[in-house]
Amino acid sequence: MTESLLPVDAYLVASLPEVWFAAVMFALGMYVVLDGFDFGIGMLYATRTTEHEREAFLSAFGPVWDANEVWLIAFATMLLAAFPRVYSALLADHNLLAIGFVFALLFRGLGPELREQRDDERWERYCDYAFVGGSAAAPLLFGVLAGRWAFDVATLSLPALLTGVDLVAVSIVTGAAFLAAKSDPDVASELRGYGTAATLVYLGGTVALLASVVATDAGGAAEAIRSPPAAAVVALSIAAGLGGIGLARRGAYRAWLASALTLPALLSALIALLLYPTIYPPTGLSVRGAVVSPLALNLVTVLGFPVLLLVLWYFKYLYGVFSGPVDAEGYGG
Amino acid sequence: MGSRVNLLNSFEPKTGRMLPSTLFSGVDPGWVALLSPELASRAQFGWTISVHIIFASLSIGLAPFMIYFTWKDVRTDDERFARLRSFWVQVFAVGFVMGTVTGIPMSFQFGTNFPQFSTVAGELIGGPLAFEAKMAFFLEAVFLGVLLYGRERVRDGTYVLSSVLVGVGAWLSGFWILIVNAWMQTPRGYEMVTRNGMEVARLTDPSAAFLTPRMPWMYVHMINASLIAVALLVAGVSAYIVWKTRESEAWNTALKLAVVILLVTAPMQAVHGDAYARHVEDTQPQKFAAMEAHYETDEADLHLLAFPREVDALTDPRAENLVTVSLPRVGSFLASGGDFGAEVTGLNEYEENPPVALVFWSFRAMVGLGFLFIALALWGGYLIYDGRLTDSDRYLKAMVAASPLGYAALLTGWYVTEIGRQPWVIQGELRTGEAVSSTLTGAEATLTLAAFVVVYVGLVATALYVLKWLIQDELRALGADEPSGDRWRGPLPEVSDDD
Repeated sequence: MTESLLPVDAYLVASLPEVWFAAVMFALGMYVVLDGFDFGIGMLYATRTTEHEREAFLSAFGPVWDANEVWLIAFATMLLAAFPRVYSALLADHNLLAIGFVFALLFRGLGPELREQRDDERWERYCDYAFVGGSAAAPLLFGVLAGRWAFDVATLSLPALLTGVDLVAVSIVTGAAFLAAKSDPDVASELRGYGTAATLVYLGGTVALLASVVATDAGGAAEAIRSPPAAAVVALSIAAGLGGIGLARRGAYRAWLASALTLPALLSALIALLLYPTIYPPTGLSVRGAVVSPLALNLVTVLGFPVLLLVLWYFKYLYGVFSGPVDAEGYGG
Repeated sequence: MGSRVNLLNSFEPKTGRMLPSTLFSGVDPGWVALLSPELASRAQFGWTISVHIIFASLSIGLAPFMIYFTWKDVRTDDERFARLRSFWVQVFAVGFVMGTVTGIPMSFQFGTNFPQFSTVAGELIGGPLAFEAKMAFFLEAVFLGVLLYGRERVRDGTYVLSSVLVGVGAWLSGFWILIVNAWMQTPRGYEMVTRNGMEVARLTDPSAAFLTPRMPWMYVHMINASLIAVALLVAGVSAYIVWKTRESEAWNTALKLAVVILLVTAPMQAVHGDAYARHVEDTQPQKFAAMEAHYETDEADLHLLAFPREVDALTDPRAENLVTVSLPRVGSFLASGGDFGAEVTGLNEYEENPPVALVFWSFRAMVGLGFLFIALALWGGYLIYDGRLTDSDRYLKAMVAASPLGYAALLTGWYVTEIGRQPWVIQGELRTGEAVSSTLTGAEATLTLAAFVVVYVGLVATALYVLKWLIQDELRALGADEPSGDRWRGPLPEVSDDD
């Protein structure tokens, strides 16, 4: 039945494999942007000293983190659906990193959920450790994994570690901006300080990362870094980072948030640019070499893309419901 | 594959008996005995999915309760339903978070431990898994956010709709994941082609690949099993609270509702399961033979009850080791759909067999529990008819005791399905041993297995504590005597005073 509706031997459009590479990277970007600020909230949570402030941060985190985390599953399953060999190799070759990362996510997710189940100081402290520790470890391990993937390097190498540090730093930037836009002025100005420092670490880290990749030609990415698109992405990142610091200083927190969120999106775009047309540098596998057959890709396109649009609408709705300031009691009525 | 010991060698070919001495391979000369990557990977996947499926089926089974309580609460402003909604939405939320955090490692293990499976089957399983994420998980996660935190921020209708969408998400998630599992049992709609020097499955017919013969059987059986497990859980919690408080209208209502659902679902599972077993005999005769420990190809008796005659029968359930209550040749009658003389293929026909003992005893445990649930449902139905449901101490205690048994049945049922498919991961196409990562070392695999065992044991214990705290909060709110710590073991809860 379906065969007559879908071409079996040809892609719906000739560039469909490239479209899917872009779609997978888009899902990765959504994950890094959205769960990134969740990680940032988790790390900045460690700076709060009163129960009231902690609960306010948890109120901002509560309604959205789980939906944000689903982008990871979307990324992973889209990668499996379109490029199964890359999915297999990426996870099999980095299995301890990958499993360490999912454990970090586990503790990050359970900490806040379990914390509210019991009014006991020691219990709450353990849950807080899980939340903060998981929120810091997850972006670090995920970044190292991404660095190993993109640059074909060992875990304990400058490019991998710098990618990890970059992801931690950019998560703090977006977390601080997200919270600043929802907090009272005193807390917001404190967050501005953390956000500014993290932005500088992030920009410095990115420059160091690119320099180390160019110096060693890790993953054969040196040439791609010198290409105009990659240079443009780096320039935009610097502009967004420094611009964000300026906006934060003027107290324009919502504008700061908008510019901060472009940073992890640009980081994902940079990774995509450095990879393409290769998709798995450790084996030199290309997008065209790894992609599934036309019928399978056509099917996931026709059934999957409309749903992806629907999903974007869900998020618009979710963030619409939970917009505006938040305090320890949650979002006001 | 190198020097790794194939797990299949751990089982005696032909009989499928487990040989404990060969379970370990690559034994370190020192004091550490490492599991083979294959055995560790299988144990890890089996263990993690056993925990995950408890929470996944909790979402599926609890969804209708939650929708009903939410709808009644919003529509009627009846205090009973406000209480029930609040309690069960909290249980749902904790279960959902547990399901998310235990579910992500599942899909990752397709890559970290079984990359050959992902590579071979990627075209067939990747689509359904991606649809599960996009159509089901997002729906569930987004609208659960609204359901948990948005009572004051959305209209009543939207609020009820959110609970419905969360439920739809849970049921859709089961739909897509079972498409994948059903394909592994009865693969269709593909051809094997060589790509980059490797034999992989290429999708040729999407409708055949998605709607495989097993899919409808599995979906109905699993949804119904989840409803039974949750009905028993709800009944058990309700019975406990009714027993402690003696007069809680809300929990009387919940108990009655759970028993009514059980009255429908428990008998249905038996009728459906019987037909399902016939379908398994048609499509996976080896699994069916393992379920019955049927070795010789001939007429099959039906063992209604089986008890080990000696300890050996636990690992090798052959007729001579068992005391059985059997119906002669009824096995043939059932398998063939009406012929007492029909031949049923025996295990001796196969080169390699699954571990028969695990499949045989799991199947018996599941079926036995299923009949127990029917008895409990009928007993409850009679008490409702007699107007004594909440007065019968004996029934209340029985339901408290039965509250975890739905999950025991669900898990043993899945053991039959998954262990019974061995040595295949994709029936007739790819062996489990061939699916395991070739770069994984025994040390890595053992390390991650140990970590998963420790963390997931902690997780299950935590989930049980949370349920206990919620129940104690509820008892406190109902003004019942604070239950003392000696009734339930563990640290005393410290309940806040503001509720």
